[in-house]
Amino acid sequence: MVLLIQYTLLFACILSLVALGGCFSEHSGVINLGLEGIMVMGAMGGALMMKYLPDGTSAVMIVLATILASIILGAIYSLLLGVAAIHFKADQTLVGTAMNMLGVAMATVIVKSINTISNPDDHSSIVQYISEKKAFVININGFEFSWFMVLTLLIVIASYIVLYKTKFGLRLMACGEHPQAADSVGINVYKMRWAGVLISGALGGLGGICYITTGVSEWKFEYGVAGFGFLSLAVMIFGKWKPQNIVLAALLFGFFRALSNVYFGFDFLKNLNIPSGIYNMLPYVISLIVLAFTSKRSRAPKAEGIPYDKGTR
Amino acid sequence: MKKILKSSGAQSFIASLACIFGGLLVGFLVLLAIEPTGAFQAILNVVKNFFYYSRTEMQLKYLGNTLVKSAPLLMCSLSILFSYKVGLFNIGAAGQYVMGSCACLYAALVLDWHWTACILFAAVAGALFGVITGLLKAYANVNEVISGIMLNWIGLYFTNMVLANAKDAASAYTYTLKAEGKAAILPSLGLNAIFGNNQYVGIAIPLSIIFAVLVWLILEKTKLGYELKATGFNRNAAKYCGMAEKRNIILSLAISGALAGMAGSFMYQTDMEQWQVTIASVPGMGFNGIAAAFLGGLSPIGAIFASFFIQHITDGGSNVDLSIYCSQISDLISSLIIYLCGFVGFLKYAMNSSNAGAEGKKTTEKEDSVKKDDKKGENK
Repeated sequence: MVLLIQYTLLFACILSLVALGGCFSEHSGVINLGLEGIMVMGAMGGALMMKYLPDGTSAVMIVLATILASIILGAIYSLLLGVAAIHFKADQTLVGTAMNMLGVAMATVIVKSINTISNPDDHSSIVQYISEKKAFVININGFEFSWFMVLTLLIVIASYIVLYKTKFGLRLMACGEHPQAADSVGINVYKMRWAGVLISGALGGLGGICYITTGVSEWKFEYGVAGFGFLSLAVMIFGKWKPQNIVLAALLFGFFRALSNVYFGFDFLKNLNIPSGIYNMLPYVISLIVLAFTSKRSRAPKAEGIPYDKGTR
Repeated sequence: MKKILKSSGAQSFIASLACIFGGLLVGFLVLLAIEPTGAFQAILNVVKNFFYYSRTEMQLKYLGNTLVKSAPLLMCSLSILFSYKVGLFNIGAAGQYVMGSCACLYAALVLDWHWTACILFAAVAGALFGVITGLLKAYANVNEVISGIMLNWIGLYFTNMVLANAKDAASAYTYTLKAEGKAAILPSLGLNAIFGNNQYVGIAIPLSIIFAVLVWLILEKTKLGYELKATGFNRNAAKYCGMAEKRNIILSLAISGALAGMAGSFMYQTDMEQWQVTIASVPGMGFNGIAAAFLGGLSPIGAIFASFFIQHITDGGSNVDLSIYCSQISDLISSLIIYLCGFVGFLKYAMNSSNAGAEGKKTTEKEDSVKKDDKKGENK
């Protein structure tokens, strides 16, 4: 039971972080379908940071440096989306898809070549961070409390305040609803969209490192992040693009995802003898059902996905 | 020359070449960053693919291998471009491909069906997944990209579960068709003899090209294709014109899904590869289909060449010196190509406006000369 709660919270953290990333970008008017790739790149940044930090580094430093590396790499990678979507009016769906594939391919190539250079017989794309990972968790009576839980809570609260209580947030959302109107009152739409994309890159990267430190202490980068970027988008849609609802949606999805990790710990579930494949499918099936019921009355930002052109009315 | 530049086909071709060049250039830079000596040789090996081998017989054999895998890739790219013409981004093609593979392998290995029945079954399975996406899009307004991705994973886990019944307990791979489902192997039509006795070369290759032509015919020459494209341009306008826009969305995703499903059977019914039931990520075939569709300028005929090219460099990836580089460099290149395809619209716009600019100058010059003539007349 403790394990179920622990994993539910951890998966909810990942989903909320990445969904908030998507939320910022969509409120500014850019659909970020490349979150999956951003997560992979952020995860790679964090994993390599953990690998290269000297042995004696204090736990606090490990946590800070790793998180910083992920955020920076995620934000840098999101530049690809920004350039294409904001300045070159590219098809955002296409660019996002390309970024997802590119993220996995690039991370694999980079990690593999690092591994091969250090050991010519090593052709794997695995990074190990067994001891460093311990810096992120505190064991309380069997419950592995992770710093990501605190961090996520803080970010959710911060996002709410930024979006609804600051000039910046309201301007950002105006650019996603009606960029021409925003422009007419002197808001720089391009700047706001860049802000949205970069924030989403940073949060996506953070979600990535959270993902690969959940339950495992090494990661094979060929695998990517198993559709978590897209699950997060489903969470965002279900959460109606609002930070407070996104957390609740993330908890629901996180629960079903956690179930597939720990179902064998429950006797009654084990006795049902359902193949593990069913549990693996569950979060995706649930998200489809949820989407089917919530997308009809969706409150998506009106101008999302439409490149801003000063000349149009 | 200018006339050629103005035609949209030529512009697409130039844009695609630019994307390929850009992708290869960045790939080369990445190789340079890993290890400068040998980087040029490595990128050359990727581009050469089967030419890498010195004997003609081997070249033909490996060309055959590339062609065998180009056929399913072409089907996937047809699937994506078909729905894209209808304004839908069918990223679920990857999952529809998986479902097609599942259906044809199950039919072949467990039910011992004939190869034609297997292909049809695969098409139905793919279409079914397409229809789910279509229904969700038409009636519940679910973004087809997100539902497609969800279905990709559902399809993957489903396939792994189902095909676990068609394998040896000790192995992670399904039985070969040769051992358990001879009737399902696609006939070779004597094509194998041309390609250095490559036993996998067969009917799938000409079939996929026929499908490309069929897709072109449907989109360009039939009422159905016209309606589908109209729905893609403007869903509401199509509705007001009396077209059943919901039916069109579902129908186009069903056709799209059937194409991707058949891609699965064109892949696995050659018996070249077996399904690995422990696989933990969706096969890249459907995603590479996106690359091929866009690189081909979203034309079915362009897709034929683009699919071959993408498969060509994907296979070429294994020719790099694996003790220094890794074969995923070709995944990197093809995903870069897709990314660059995002800029095609801008590139075409730039080409058009530079053409228009040149023409504008000409007309003003003409007007000037006409005016001069007029003045001369007045003077007289």
